[in-house]
Amino acid sequence: MGQARASGYDGIPRWIYGIAAAGGLFVLLPLAAMAARVNWPQFIPLVTSDSSLTALGLSLRTSAASTALCIVFGVPLALVLARSTFPGQRLLRAFVLLPLVLPPVVGGIALLYTFGRQGLLGRSLEVAGIQIAFSTTAVVLAQTFVALPFLVVSLEGALRTAGGRYEAVAATLGARPTTVLRRVTVPLVLPGLASGAVLSFARSLGEFGATLTFAGSLQGVTRTLPLEIYLQRETDADAAVALSLVLVAVAVTVVGLTYRRPGTPGRRSAPAGADPAGADLRRAAAGGRPDGNR
Amino acid sequence: MSFHVQATLGTRGFDVGLGLAPGETVAVLGPNGAGKSTLLNVIAGLLRPDSGRAEIDGKVLFDLDGGASTWTAPHHRGTALLAQEPLLFPHLSALENVAFGPRSAGIRRKTARESARKWLAAVDAGELEARRPAELSGGQAQRVAVARALAANPEVLLLDEPMAALDIHAAPLLRRLLKKVLAGRRAIIITHDVLDALMLADRVIILEAGRITEEGPTQEVLQRPRSRFAAGLAGLNLFPGTLTSTGIRTAEGLEVAGHQDEEVFPAGAGQPGVAAFPPSAVSVFLTDAHGSPRNSFAVTVTDLEQHGDQIRVRADGMSADITPAASADLGLAPGMTVYFVIKAAAVAVYPA
Repeated sequence: MGQARASGYDGIPRWIYGIAAAGGLFVLLPLAAMAARVNWPQFIPLVTSDSSLTALGLSLRTSAASTALCIVFGVPLALVLARSTFPGQRLLRAFVLLPLVLPPVVGGIALLYTFGRQGLLGRSLEVAGIQIAFSTTAVVLAQTFVALPFLVVSLEGALRTAGGRYEAVAATLGARPTTVLRRVTVPLVLPGLASGAVLSFARSLGEFGATLTFAGSLQGVTRTLPLEIYLQRETDADAAVALSLVLVAVAVTVVGLTYRRPGTPGRRSAPAGADPAGADLRRAAAGGRPDGNR
Repeated sequence: MSFHVQATLGTRGFDVGLGLAPGETVAVLGPNGAGKSTLLNVIAGLLRPDSGRAEIDGKVLFDLDGGASTWTAPHHRGTALLAQEPLLFPHLSALENVAFGPRSAGIRRKTARESARKWLAAVDAGELEARRPAELSGGQAQRVAVARALAANPEVLLLDEPMAALDIHAAPLLRRLLKKVLAGRRAIIITHDVLDALMLADRVIILEAGRITEEGPTQEVLQRPRSRFAAGLAGLNLFPGTLTSTGIRTAEGLEVAGHQDEEVFPAGAGQPGVAAFPPSAVSVFLTDAHGSPRNSFAVTVTDLEQHGDQIRVRADGMSADITPAASADLGLAPGMTVYFVIKAAAVAVYPA
């Protein structure tokens, strides 16, 4: 959010810049340190080895699948949380956001007791001939579990900021709720949805703990890039560092593509003399909602 | 009556019933928080009243009285809402915004666009069709919003202070436009501006604290207001009270002599009535000036303000317009006690 204005007073005390710089360095320095340790002459062979490419491909495929699942479940969840009121709403929000603060290992264990062979649903699925644990499906589920809150938080924020007034107008013009959702709501919050999806994708890409617990580490089936890196670290540090750099590059590219500028085109036409977005933000803040990632 | 609504909302102290004849436009005026927007939201289906009933030409919008309650969803009501802000969908061009209503009604894209072009032309915005809302000025956007509301072919058009957010140059243009498109159309317009009521509405309703305090043909309400709010709109001083043979006696026992038009309002003494007179009919004196038949009230000046080329003297809820020279001669200042003198012939007295 901290893009500097071209001119004018920004109201930030000078010492804040010092601390902000230290914070930035805290993130950048380790990345630089890692990049410095890359065995550059061997870089290409290291990252194009069979196991590396398999892991990277699996990571991209499963992350794409879990992002799709996040959108399928996250959009309705965000809508229900942002726009309607029902008993237990705060509780539902708390539970949806839980994976954000839960150690992924715990998530993996929970999934195992749900979809595993002896799990809550797993036993019935087993009877139906479906085995989820330790399969690629399990990877996708583990990633969805940890990535879903990112999409929900970001979209819920966007929905609250946009407010429900456009939808009300659309309804009085004769549009049924599904039409309103398709032609008004989704286009209005598309930037929020996109950033939520990107965050989910990035989180899925980096998922490790839940995947290892729930899906294991079978090459080509469940061994995603983070698992491969962890494995390589014990035998071949150079490969681990090289692959880490690849993961950083992919993540930076994905996030950078969507976060070029806050205030993506097509946000809203600011109606003259009114500040509905600001008012909604204040309302949202007063409601104690974790802020959206925009 | 082809359109009728009656609704109560306990929590807001809202209890309003009103009807519209075909092609009739009604202006709703009232102080802030009187429930004007509540009324429109109830009709549009955005707010559910506790009880009441509404129907348009036999179609029930809601019926919450009795056992089985009926509730028609907003998109089935045919009550397009035009708000203070245009609220054009920012991701759609002006043309697609106007075509939104017809498209939602299931009309094919091409036909809907043709209809949208027609409505854009009707609001003098034909050349704006390719623009995005962000590229329109406030006045242009509100014109497009009018076209969008009309294109939905509403059975009742609901306008919630459509001019309030426009600058002083854009407002008269939109007012003229609304006069054109509202002619012969069933509409309810909320406004703060008496000019809107005069130009656009056949009838006015004064809404205060969730109740209708006065209603009638626009001219009549402005000429013979019965509520303080309507009197304020018309720029008249108003004394409610009881009719006497010579005028009005207020609840505080103040006698106001006036002239009663027996032919128009044949009413006897003892009935509730009001006395009204314009600020221009008030003379200001420093001493009590008796003489018949006239009214003389001792009042304390609260405010002096420029009003056109006159000075408006406010005192104890009454206003007097005098020339700046007269004000200077009298040496008027807030806190002074003066006498407001009004000839009885200038005071209109009529039943409330």
